[in-house]
Amino acid sequence: MAKQPAAVIGVGQTHHRAKREDVSMAGLCREAIDRAMADANVGFDDIDAIVVGKAPDLFEGVMMPELFLADSLGAAGKPLIRVHTAGSVGGSTAIVASSLVQAGVHKRVLTVAFEKQSESNAMWALSVPVPFNMPVHAGAGGYFAPHVRSYIRRSGAPTHVGAIVAAKDRQNALKNPYAHLKNKDTTVETVLASQMLWDPIRYDETCPSSDGACALVIADEDTAKASPNPAWIHGTVMRSEATTAAERDQVNPQASRDAAAAIYKQAGITNPIEEIDAAEIYVPFSWFEPMWLESLGFAAEGDGWKLTESGATALDGTMPVNMSGGVLSSNPIGASGMLRFAEAALQVRGAAGEHQVDGARRALGHAYGGGSQFFSMWIVGSEQPVS
Amino acid sequence: MRDVAVVGFAQRQMEEFDGSPTCVEMLVPLFAECYEQTGWTRRDIGFWCSGSSDYLAGRSFSFVQAVDAIGVIPPVNESHVEMDAAWALYEAWVKIQTGEVDTALVYGFGKSSAGVLRRTLALQLDPYTMTPLWPDTVSLAGLQARAGIDAGLWDERAMAEVVNRSLTDAEKNDYAIRKGGSSVEELLARPMYADPLRKHDCAPVTDGAAAIVLAADDQARDVAERPAWITGISTYVDPISMGTRDLTRSPSTANAARGLDLDGLEVAELHAPFSHQELILRTELGLADDVAVNPSGGPLAGNPMFTGGLIRFGEAARKVWAGENTKVLGHATSGPALQQNLVCTMEGRS
Amino acid sequence: MTRTLSAPVTVAFDYTRSTGPVLGRFLTGLRDGVVIGGRTSEGTVVVPPPEFDPVTHEAVTDFVEVASTGTVTSWSWVSEPVKHQPLDRPFAFALVTLDGADTPLLHALDVASADEVSTGMRVQIRWAEERVGAITDIQCFEPEQGGRAASEASDQSRPRDEEAVTGVITPVELDYLYAASPEESAFYRGLAEGRILGQCCPTCQKVYVPPRSACPSDGTPTNEEIELPDKGTVTTFCIVNVPFMGQKITPPYVSAYVLLDGADIAFLHLILDIPAEEVRMGMRVEAVWKPREEWSTTIENISHFRPTGEPDADYDTYKQHL
Repeated sequence: MAKQPAAVIGVGQTHHRAKREDVSMAGLCREAIDRAMADANVGFDDIDAIVVGKAPDLFEGVMMPELFLADSLGAAGKPLIRVHTAGSVGGSTAIVASSLVQAGVHKRVLTVAFEKQSESNAMWALSVPVPFNMPVHAGAGGYFAPHVRSYIRRSGAPTHVGAIVAAKDRQNALKNPYAHLKNKDTTVETVLASQMLWDPIRYDETCPSSDGACALVIADEDTAKASPNPAWIHGTVMRSEATTAAERDQVNPQASRDAAAAIYKQAGITNPIEEIDAAEIYVPFSWFEPMWLESLGFAAEGDGWKLTESGATALDGTMPVNMSGGVLSSNPIGASGMLRFAEAALQVRGAAGEHQVDGARRALGHAYGGGSQFFSMWIVGSEQPVS
Repeated sequence: MRDVAVVGFAQRQMEEFDGSPTCVEMLVPLFAECYEQTGWTRRDIGFWCSGSSDYLAGRSFSFVQAVDAIGVIPPVNESHVEMDAAWALYEAWVKIQTGEVDTALVYGFGKSSAGVLRRTLALQLDPYTMTPLWPDTVSLAGLQARAGIDAGLWDERAMAEVVNRSLTDAEKNDYAIRKGGSSVEELLARPMYADPLRKHDCAPVTDGAAAIVLAADDQARDVAERPAWITGISTYVDPISMGTRDLTRSPSTANAARGLDLDGLEVAELHAPFSHQELILRTELGLADDVAVNPSGGPLAGNPMFTGGLIRFGEAARKVWAGENTKVLGHATSGPALQQNLVCTMEGRS
Repeated sequence: MTRTLSAPVTVAFDYTRSTGPVLGRFLTGLRDGVVIGGRTSEGTVVVPPPEFDPVTHEAVTDFVEVASTGTVTSWSWVSEPVKHQPLDRPFAFALVTLDGADTPLLHALDVASADEVSTGMRVQIRWAEERVGAITDIQCFEPEQGGRAASEASDQSRPRDEEAVTGVITPVELDYLYAASPEESAFYRGLAEGRILGQCCPTCQKVYVPPRSACPSDGTPTNEEIELPDKGTVTTFCIVNVPFMGQKITPPYVSAYVLLDGADIAFLHLILDIPAEEVRMGMRVEAVWKPREEWSTTIENISHFRPTGEPDADYDTYKQHL
């Protein structure tokens, strides 16, 4: 049985900032939702169901906040689902929303993902000590830095490649009116000169902590065809593996490779670097760009850094990556995955403004979470897929 | 819609689980039971979906380690809801409807006893105007019970009748942690706990886990003699505010039931953690008097958080498998005072 | 002996919430000793004001001051208060419709026993002595005392020339009893005797340390116990230079994956007795145990790992653990 066609017809996001002290959690979500609904030219009465995504509840200190938010999100009197799959949640949430349409259960689904990190402190929330254990944990950076070191060792990459990614993404962010970081003077040199936080990861190679939200309106075939520029969903995938396991490849996890293979099969893609015009990939620490380029099949194993170093992943390169400025420029954790999916949709709708890749017809949105163990991805296109 | 059935179910309920809040050691034998019921291995499962809560466990990403219980080499197609696992079942049902997969295993787990449950759940409320007062779940349910008593919709006797029937039925349920009926008079003679609620009006704090296997079409027919076919499933939510909604009603339950065919329903497993809530649900679902409600003993006999709803689905489905009933209903609730509800009808086909 | 080890954990944070305009208006009112409701598109006065209209979904902008006296519409008795509730002695939670409002507000009601509460009873706000712009500025409700209540409340109100409330701090403190799994408990008990106990997965034969309730590859519990040496190889590591709230070790420090000889999985520990910049992948290390009298059931019995001085392990011997 084939999935029902589905497409993104509305995209909205907040202005991401370190602290959005002007809004409540509901206000933050509504800023993204109202933009997505205006973009889709729909009202709350047109929405059949709402899917909410968010990373750990400890970030805001509210258990299942979708319950108190239900009324403000326009969900009261409607179906409401809350997804939580760690850092990949923004992507997973968009996929759950899509599946409600692809299953033929609903015609128009609103999905929103958010994080208001300024309500607490992410390092604290992710490092609450576990009794009997060694308290060496130091947030996400402390978790991922050893695996970045492994990548550098394994690939032989020169140490400035991470800085190339950081400088590129920060420059891209200048073209994105919603991006959090707007550091126009960031260059490879300034990144390399920034403080080493979790050696081998420097300060400027890390994502910020942001308040922000992202919303999408996902619609069925009839609604999408009546929309001026739908982003048709060509494939979705979720894969999970363990945080730690004997001889688990933590640089290029099998779940990532399996997910890529599965989604390319769905979308009929055999040569991703040729057939995908733009990729928005979850890169919270700069080195994950070359790591994921390999895992996603854009480069051979060990060659991802060469693609980055060649300039191919720049906005005007042959394989643009993170046109929006990426997670490195805006990171409201729960929303970060959906922002990647949203950027992919904006690109194929020709609606990405100054960070538009000319003629983008097929784009990849990617998110990962946990200890590089949860993966969600979608491929969207300007044309309806031939079923 | 594809024909999808419940073909496997396993559960554990206990007063106090002494193991880790990840509940991995509780999930391993549950999955084994599901494999035995279906004759499958983990590799026959197309999609996995779980329900649990970080705040119940007291740490971020508490669900992450649970996937170890599956054995995830090779990696799996998997998702998680921060909700009762009944909604994980809903997500899995939707996934099967897309045609992407034919089978799913959904599970939930929670160690309610790790903290003070009724206090922890105050974190589910409006964080600006409610949580700072730490309104505990039992008190909020008490406000609801009183509203109905004051309105003449039910009385303490009707509540005691629910309890007596539940605890009597629970005697036949090996998993029940509170059981043993007495009489309405004896129950009414017991002291008040959270006036107008007595202790027995409130579900006991319960640790536990549960798993359900779903399969589509021939996959279901191959593994079960009499699968419990899902004939309708629907979920809605109401506003959280205790002030703006009519606490004696559950519009989201009525909404969920609206599209379902309840004619000839024989059994309803209702997720009512407080006795009066069963009375609200019966009304909203329009259950006929001859419908057997909570023959398992229901949540008043045991209500593991984030699993209590899923267990209702499993208990209802078992009635179909056994050939005891043909048309059954499972219900799950979430949030304070029946804010969010999910209703599912299942049928046996001879 | 209990099957598992357990220890208390407190999860506490003072959350800094920004309120947005509607909740800010309500909390500003409380600070100033007045209760503000919001009028919805259907003309209903709701307290606290909803941020968005339930029908039109537009932001609520029509605010109405209501009285600090009202009527109980429902209540329940709290015989055993939990930590941080408005009163630490038995009290009632009540829904109170304030005069001038159409919907009730939830708060505590201070009376000595359940016999003194009834639906329909008249109550008034008891304001907190110090008000900061939080729901707790209402200390609780109390039975109405004659006709003086309203004026008392306004006596306490402050001049409204201070800045509007835009944020509120809400402490959240939860106490848990954390338990280790049975397999982990065996491991920690071994450490209390100075032994490092791994277990082997019966399906894939991999040696896990600590042992696991489920081998993550196969889903089968590890079982056969294997005592491991306290010597191994650093597979990879990072140098933590960043301080953060709740941190237990002063930075900079080296957090490293140590693969014990004979184990198939590395675990995280601290490397000392060598300058951080000299730590290497493949470096051979050994455990430095704390004095025996300080041992308990924790991996912290091993103070840290230090270099053994042996030649570094060949990359090929540990590359599959990266």
